Formats: sequence, structure tokens, C-alpha cells
Amino acid sequence: MSDKKKFMFLNRRAPYGTIYAWESLEVVLIAAAFEQDVSLAFIDDGVFQLVTGQDTTGIGMKNFSPTYKTLGDYEVRHIYVDKDSLEARGLTQDDLQVVPWEDWETEETVDNIVEVVDSARLAELLEESDVVFSF
Amino acid sequence: MSDLHTVNKSPFEKPSLDTCLRLSKPGSSILLYEDAVYAALTGTSVTDKVAGILGERKVYVLEPDFKARGLKPERLIDGVEMVDYAGFVDLVDACDKVQAWL
Repeated sequence: MSDKKKFMFLNRRAPYGTIYAWESLEVVLIAAAFEQDVSLAFIDDGVFQLVTGQDTTGIGMKNFSPTYKTLGDYEVRHIYVDKDSLEARGLTQDDLQVVPWEDWETEETVDNIVEVVDSARLAELLEESDVVFSF
Repeated sequence: MSDLHTVNKSPFEKPSLDTCLRLSKPGSSILLYEDAVYAALTGTSVTDKVAGILGERKVYVLEPDFKARGLKPERLIDGVEMVDYAGFVDLVDACDKVQAWL
């Protein structure tokens, strides 16, 4: 029996107003350390987590947004963003961070693993997952 | 002077802003902070709702929360005023009372 499972982290909250975004990131890093197949999906207000240019100096909270662009180094291979959620918030992929990925053994590289997907694709991805963690 | 209504929840996630708009009197002021700052953006599904009440209510947005979320000042709805923490205090001082829509 393979121990490797497909983990999907479902992020639906905006950053800073609640602790969900930060907690999700913590658990993602833990899961990746256990060599699981880790994907992230950003839906509803979760898409705001990936917006570039966050500056928290005025609110006295840690700006954890730079962590997202390092997720490729933690062997996160897929980051999916819900197209409908982006559109409802007046955002496009250009407003979001770029997350590069590289396979250290094969040296295969992907410039950006952030992928905007439609509802049908997202539904498939969720169904294909072994475990879905909701934040 | 009239009341200051404060909203801190995302307009995409909770009905706090809707209820505030429904139950606040014309002439009152509304301050958007924390996750409610998203309501002050152009090009979203709630833009028209906020822009539509600007004639009869003043709308303010808290700048530190706006900047923390990486939002661009160019996307601020015309007529919505940016305030800092001192400006927040001034609003509280100038209004009769504060009504929070948590």
C-alpha cells in the first residue's frame, strides 16, 4: 500500500482578518515535509491571499505572503485558483504571485505553478483528492 | 452629528455590509476596515452597491488594512475616502456614537 496521498488544501478566507490563511500555510508546510502529494486551491476570498504587494507594516502583523512563492521548494506542485472567484473580485492572474517549481533530481522546471481553473476542472480536482483540508 | 457605522467583514463572505447599508440612515458615515476594505474596490461584484450609496452616506476606508492586503489606491471607488488610525479616531469623535456591524 502506498503511503503517499493526494492532499488538497482548500483556502477560502482573506488574509489577516482571520487566522485561517496563516494556519493553512503552516499545515501545508508540515504536510509537504511528510512527502505527500500536496496541492493548494484558492477559492472565494482565498484568492486575496495570493495578491502581490501586501504591506502589513501599518497593522502590526507579520506579512506571510512571501512564503507562497517558496512553496515550490517544499515540493508543492500545483496551485489552483478559481476563475469565477477572481472575476467577482476584479482580479486577474497578473495581480497574483508567481510560484516557480523545480525538480531537483530531473532538473525539470516550471516557471509558475499557479494555474487559473474553471469550476468544472476544480470540481474534478477536488473529487480526485484523497483528503481535502478546509481553511 | 450622525452615527458612524463600522464594518470589518468581507462583503463577499458575510452580509454585514448589506445589513449596514440597509439599516443605516442617510447622512451617516461608514468606515470599512479589516476584511471590509475589499468593499471599497472598483471592478468587483459589490462595487455598484457601495458606489450607489455614496450620495447619501460618507464612506471611509482604513488605509493600513487596505495596504496590508496589497490593494492598489487606483482601485479605490471614486468618493470613498482613505483614513489612517488618527482619522478613525477623529471620525469616532465627530459622530454621536459608533455602531459596529461585527
